This record gives sequence, structure tokens and C-alpha cells, in this order.
Amino acid sequence: MNAPVTSTRPRWLDVVGVLSVLSLAATVWLGLWVTPPDVVQGNLARLLYVHPAVATVALYWAGGVAAAGSLLYLWPRTRTLFWDRLSAAAVEVGAVFSALTLVTGSLWGRPVWGVWWTWDARLTSTALLLLLELGYLALRRVPADPAVRARRCAVMALLVAIDVPIVHFSVQWWQTLHQTGTILDPGFQLHVHGSMLWTMLLSFLAFTLVFVWLLAVRYRVEVLSDEVGDEELEVSLSERWSEGVELAGVSAARRGTDA
Amino acid sequence: MWRDALLVAGKDLRIEARSRVALWQVLPFAVLVLILLAFAIGPDPTSLRHAAPGILWIAVLFSTVLAVQRSVAIESGEGTRDGLRLSGIDPGGIFLGKAAALAAELLVLQLVLWAGVTLLFDVRVHVVWLAVAASLLATVGLAGAGVLYGALSAGLRVRDTLLPLLVLPVLAPVLLAGSKAWQASLSTSAGSGAGWLRILIPFAVIYPVAGTVLYGPLQEAA
Repeated sequence: MNAPVTSTRPRWLDVVGVLSVLSLAATVWLGLWVTPPDVVQGNLARLLYVHPAVATVALYWAGGVAAAGSLLYLWPRTRTLFWDRLSAAAVEVGAVFSALTLVTGSLWGRPVWGVWWTWDARLTSTALLLLLELGYLALRRVPADPAVRARRCAVMALLVAIDVPIVHFSVQWWQTLHQTGTILDPGFQLHVHGSMLWTMLLSFLAFTLVFVWLLAVRYRVEVLSDEVGDEELEVSLSERWSEGVELAGVSAARRGTDA
Repeated sequence: MWRDALLVAGKDLRIEARSRVALWQVLPFAVLVLILLAFAIGPDPTSLRHAAPGILWIAVLFSTVLAVQRSVAIESGEGTRDGLRLSGIDPGGIFLGKAAALAAELLVLQLVLWAGVTLLFDVRVHVVWLAVAASLLATVGLAGAGVLYGALSAGLRVRDTLLPLLVLPVLAPVLLAGSKAWQASLSTSAGSGAGWLRILIPFAVIYPVAGTVLYGPLQEAA
């Protein structure tokens, strides 16, 4: 049986947690009180401190970790359950951030575009990403041997990752309603200035820290739930075993009285 | 690998020819989808004609899911998958073979559906090459993605409910691009329709290639 190596939470996890809360608080303070409203969009532009950062985490960080983890798991030389669990944690956190991306985008789209939802290429491909991630999570929940499940999930995560470049390039391939890159456009021209830029950069840092923290927590949950599963198996095996011994004893005694 | 693929495709198609599940269950289902969606839209010929390409591709997608489930079910008998695995056939060959068999079935299915929309919705395809190109490209992609996701869900007790959830979002680009290309092929000139083939081409390349590479690891996992 595995030794309970994870019974205590690592210190750095708490540090990351505290840092992410602090940086989020600073983003809220700067975003709501310090930065001025936008010339064109007024207070609506404050969603700029949430939506791009959340979308970046959902798409690149979560998608990248999930794809890299799955590749490293499928590669025979680096095949350990570490990569499988990391990739699963990334998809799960990624699903939350994809949903947040859609919600925050929708909140902004209603006043600016006049609709909650539109069949824009980037919106649609992001919605597909969320559905694919939910499919992955459904597959993940199907009980199986850890190695079998890991392999299935690694393949599935790679297939989910195909959608990531589609979301990324959607604004260039199909020029629809959603604007192209926010801070930098493909020609590397800076669009946002002053305190707004700093607040935005801070928001990227804050949500990245939140991502790292959630990823590590979910990774621990994966490890712990596997351990619990192993232990339950041990317990029920020993229960069946003792039942068998008991039954054998009863039938032996019965044979004794019959004789 | 190619010889193995031919063997596996031949086996799947022979089983299909004898059991006739695809013929008597999947094909009627596809036509049923056409009719049900026509009911939902109503008898107005103009709106039916307008919706015809979308209805056609929805029917193709739903029937693909059924055909994939059938393709997985062929190997779900006692020890069948192990037998195939132990026969020394290259996993990539198994994938390509199963995909080829599925593609052949899907082509027949699309011919029937083409006739179906022509008769029921009174539409005429004017730019034939565009419609044919869209259907062929979509078939390759659908078969590749279908067999790959079928393998992903094979051997699971929840296979039948899980597969549609996994595969339909992936097939969504086919629905989109296929419908648009068909919409264009119904008008007198191709117009922007050819542009939608650019979505179908990568789709038809990515999934067969990904499947040939990833089928091996999946087989070991099953």
C-alpha cells in the first residue's frame, strides 16, 4: 500500500494561496478605485482587468499544462501518474476558467454589443472548448484502473487541446465581432497605457497565481482520492477474506456435527 | 499497415453486410431525423429549403454517432478486442481499416440523405463539385474522429451515453462548414462556399493522422 506521503499540505501551497488572495485584492482595489473610467466605454472598461486575464488562464495556462502533461504521460520515458494527475487538474481548473471567460465576456457584451451572446467565432470556439473539457471530466469520472484511465484521459486531453489554437486564431481567421489581441496586437503595438496597463498586468499575475494554487490543490485531491480508493479496496478485500474464513469455519463445524 | 487496414476494413464491412444493422437501423434513423426536423420547421417550402443543408448535416452527424457505436460494438464481444490486438495487426492499420469501413458506410448514408433532401425539401444542388467535395472531406474527418472517439469510449459500461458527449462537440465544425458549403452549392454559383472547405480540409487531415498515432496507446489501455 502507498505510504500516506501527502498527509500534510506543503508549505509553498499556502504561500501561493496567500499571494493570490493579496494580488487579487490589489487588482480589485486598483481596478475599481484607482484607475479612471475609459474615454469610450466608461466603467465597462473595468472588465478589462478580469476578462483577458481569465481567458488567458483558461486557454494558454490550463490548455498548455493539460497538453504538456498528457504528452509527457504518453511518452514512455516520462510515464508517471504525476503527469496524468497534473493534466487532469489542469483540465478541471481550465473548465472553471473557460466558464468564467464566457460569463465575464457575456456581462461585457450585453451593454457594449447589445447581446448576451452572439455566434462569433471566438465565442463559439470557447464554448466548444468548455464542452470538450466537460466531456473530458465525464470520461475522467468513469471508474477504471489508474493506468487505463490515465491513457484514455491523456489522449482525450490532446484532442481537447486541438481547440486551443482554433480559439487563439479565431479572431484573425474569421474577423467577426470579438476584437483581436488586447494589450498587443499581432504587429506588437501597445494599446493600453498608464495605470490601466499596470492594473491589467497585475490582474494577469493575480489570476495566474490563482490558477497555480487551484492546480496544486486539485492535484493533491487527485492523489488523496486515489489513496482513499486504494485503502477502501484493501478494507473490502480483507472483509471478504474474513467472511470467507468465517464461512469456511461454519461449514467445517457443520460437517463436524453431521458426522 | 495499409494491407492490415484493408483486412480490417474488409472484416468490418463483411460483418455489416451480413448483420445489416447499419442498413436497417442507422439509415432509417437518418431519414427519420430529416422528417422530424421538417416537422419542427413546419410545411412552409421556403423555410424548409432554407434549412435543408443544416438538416442534412444534423442527420449526418447523429447517424455518425450511431454508426460509430455500431463500429465499436462489433468488437465488444467476449475477447474480440483481445483477439484483434493479439493478431499482430498494426494498431494504426486497425484504426485506418475501421475508419475506412465507417467512411464507406457514411458515404452510402450521405447518398441516401442527398436523395432525401432533394425529394422531401425540393432542393437542387447546382454546384455539384462543391457539395461532393464537402461531403468527401467531411466523411474522411467524421470517420477518423468517430473511430478515435469510439476507441476512447470502448469497453466502458457508460459507453453509449458518453460517446455522444465526447464526439458531438468535436464534429461541430463539420456541421458548420458542411452546411455552409451546401448552402452555397444550392445557389447558382459557389461564391463564398469554397472558403468553408478550408475548415473541412484540416479536419480531414488532423483526425486520421491523430488516430493513426494515438490508436496504439488506446488499445493498450482498453
